[in-house]
Amino acid sequence: MPPGAASPVGWEPSPRQGWVAPHIAAEFPGLGIAWTEAEARPGKSPEPVRRRLRDLSNRFYGGQAIHMRERPIPWAYRVFFRQIGLDPDRNRTPVEQLALQRLRDGAFRSQGLPDDALTVATVETGIALRAFDAERLQGGLCIRDSAPGESLPGRPGELEQGTLTIADERGPVALLFGDTASGYDAGRESRRLTIAAVQVKGVPQIAVDEALWIATATLNSG
Amino acid sequence: MLDLIARDDQATLSVAVDERPARAELRRQIGHLERELGNLVSEAFGRVEIEHRLRPATAEPRVLDLGGLERVRDELAERVSQARLDLRERALVETRNRELLHEVQTAPAEHKWVKISRHDVGEPGCGGWHSRPHLGPLGMLMGWWRVKVSSGCPLAGRLAAVER
Repeated sequence: MPPGAASPVGWEPSPRQGWVAPHIAAEFPGLGIAWTEAEARPGKSPEPVRRRLRDLSNRFYGGQAIHMRERPIPWAYRVFFRQIGLDPDRNRTPVEQLALQRLRDGAFRSQGLPDDALTVATVETGIALRAFDAERLQGGLCIRDSAPGESLPGRPGELEQGTLTIADERGPVALLFGDTASGYDAGRESRRLTIAAVQVKGVPQIAVDEALWIATATLNSG
Repeated sequence: MLDLIARDDQATLSVAVDERPARAELRRQIGHLERELGNLVSEAFGRVEIEHRLRPATAEPRVLDLGGLERVRDELAERVSQARLDLRERALVETRNRELLHEVQTAPAEHKWVKISRHDVGEPGCGGWHSRPHLGPLGMLMGWWRVKVSSGCPLAGRLAAVER
């Protein structure tokens, strides 16, 4: 870059946007999925990541957990959970689940990579993130409802028709805000990860980009 | 006549109704109620227990139909209304306690042994006010009543000593 030139906005590679089935998008404007890929070194988190978790624990208090549902992004996820039939006080939104664990354990305990990277990004931004083994996925990700006869690998029985899922070109790889199909999780043998963010109405795109950036940067720091 | 009624019955009229605007409106109401319930839960935290859980509408995520959305909306509305009621009742109790505290502080001898905690008047912390005699039994005999203000929560060291 020549001296004095403005640095480019965004980051490379920029997150990819998945599609949402048209009839689902019509029901839920603002629903989206974006993802990015990162080289994986699953296992124990390096010291800088653990230090960051400790710093995050020290910045996170009970008061923030109590008032979390009043903040725009956690509220947006709570509302979406209600709208798809889930009770966010039973099936907790990712950020609320982490807040609860922080209060229960007294700190954000290190679970190793990539979990710690997702924890840092989720607590910082409130965005719902999840990691998949990129080598198992085929094509891009999308949000769609299940078709008759479809099932989630590793789960007995068929999915009830109309269940909201995250899917690749072959079929469902996870329930939306639910279980991941067996074998698609980021495991110790994963070498490349897909970090996916589910966006709902009321969640700004910049927060999604930031969450993916933080997660990827944290993974790369490992 | 019966033929006409049968002909105009809604079931026999094959009118396609677009329910999407109705679902969108219900989702908007759910968002509004969720915000209101969130504010009430925060306001009530530590003062009064508020029931905020709903029965899950489905086991797995799906696009709810009108009936499902209505049920979620109605349950949320019920929770909000109950939470408002609980908070109003709690506020009344706290107001009465504050008045009593004022009376105790003004005339401790007329409110012997009355104990009011910070929680009773809707304040955070563990402290409280206790009407008790100065110098123990002597104060009781002499009528030297005063309000003792507790400084707050027990220190962690003291709690650890209790554990030992």
